[in-house]
Amino acid sequence: MTVAGDLLVELRDIRKSFDQKEVLQGVSLSLRKGTTLAVMGGSGSGKTVLLRITAGLLRPDAGQVALFGTRIERMREEAMLPIRKRTGFVFQGAALFDSLSVFENVAYPLREHTRLSLGEITDRVHRFLSLVGMPGTDELLPAELSGGMRKRVGIARALVMEPEVVFFDEPTAGLDPTNARLVAELIATLRTGVCDTAIVVTHDIEFANMVADQMAILHRGRFADIGTPAEIRGSTNSDVRRFLAGDLREE
Amino acid sequence: MSVLAYARRQGRESVAWYGGLGLLAIRVARNLRLPPSYLVIVAREIDIIGVRSLAVALTASLFTGMVLALQTAVNMARFGAENYVGPVVALSILRELGPVLTAILVGGKVASGITAELGSMKVTEQIDALRAIGVNYVKKLIVPRIMAALLVFPLITVVADGVGLLGGMLIAVFDRNVDAYLYWNTISYWVVMKDFLTGLGKSVVFGFLITLIGCYNGLGTSGGTEGLGRSTTDTVVQVAMAVIISDFFLTKLFFLLFW
Repeated sequence: MTVAGDLLVELRDIRKSFDQKEVLQGVSLSLRKGTTLAVMGGSGSGKTVLLRITAGLLRPDAGQVALFGTRIERMREEAMLPIRKRTGFVFQGAALFDSLSVFENVAYPLREHTRLSLGEITDRVHRFLSLVGMPGTDELLPAELSGGMRKRVGIARALVMEPEVVFFDEPTAGLDPTNARLVAELIATLRTGVCDTAIVVTHDIEFANMVADQMAILHRGRFADIGTPAEIRGSTNSDVRRFLAGDLREE
Repeated sequence: MSVLAYARRQGRESVAWYGGLGLLAIRVARNLRLPPSYLVIVAREIDIIGVRSLAVALTASLFTGMVLALQTAVNMARFGAENYVGPVVALSILRELGPVLTAILVGGKVASGITAELGSMKVTEQIDALRAIGVNYVKKLIVPRIMAALLVFPLITVVADGVGLLGGMLIAVFDRNVDAYLYWNTISYWVVMKDFLTGLGKSVVFGFLITLIGCYNGLGTSGGTEGLGRSTTDTVVQVAMAVIISDFFLTKLFFLLFW
């Protein structure tokens, strides 16, 4: 399937069920270069499932997923690897390799996919660790880091290959307000540099307002509304109004 | 839940498990060619699977050889055939007990370790992190382990066979007063290379099955630390069953092919 040049992600009518429960009931979205989309919704609304399907980590039951113009929903794992090198994924729990130091975690994609010398890898890792506010932590192990620090190292690891699209799964969840704000500010800053195209899954409206060009509210497996932050704030959709008022619950 | 519904669910789960194991084996076959940098991982796995399991395998085989010689000698003495304890011990060890006991003991230890490691990576999303980075996790995590096992299990079996025969000799010579020369001479007369090689062939298949089950259960772990405990226990049981059941079919196959 060929799509317009700057259309990096396209989902059409995605459906996914787990144990008889249909989590996604026909979700479609598209993401152009230079855009950050915040997908919001309550717990259990299927945000993370949608993100994992978009990144090719999970197969949909039905529907089409295209990354960089290539259909991936039925692609073999091995064939998907070159596409994944062009994307970055920041996991909710950071998913750092627990037996490797901070330096080795960030250097991992470079060692796997590039022929850079040790000096070049060191320079690049230090640049990205500084970018996320973690300089001088090379030798620390993930177990020695706080939740916020782990998230920032996870962001550095996802960005070190300078991907064209970055997927963030609840980057501020589980953090204290100060750390949540630091991570949010970091992602907002990165938008103007190494990470200009992203999908951010979050339930944090304030954070979404900081980083998003587009917002989508996921409810009962469908998008209740999609639009700019201003359009969402002014939406007359009852589910969106209830979500913004903190009164929307998933069954 | 009715008995029928329970049986249906168990049957469905079993079919899914065997199917998943088969699919993983196919994926392993598709990813056998490793980049040179991954050979370091194979070497590390050889150390973990082989070197660190040697003491367990050798202790077990020494005492197996000893008890086998003791039982055989005492009972064969009733027929005046005590001098033939050597070939009986050797055939039992080379054809069956060497590869099977090594596989069950070392396999249980190795496979449960693999399940625990991969399962822990799975529940903490580290395997998904590898996938998201664009790393082929089958090449990185599974193929090196299987390659190491294919090499290490036959090697440990050879050493275990030797130690088992020595254990048998210790009892035959020092407890039952069988001449040491006679012990080895009867073995070399009655035991042929085929006996040794069929045992070795079994150990290769066992090594493959054990590692595959360990990896499959690790990758299939869900449900946090409780699920991890369940997977690890399942692995120990399934590895022992796989070795015992496949041993029967391999024995039958080798008789058909080589006898």
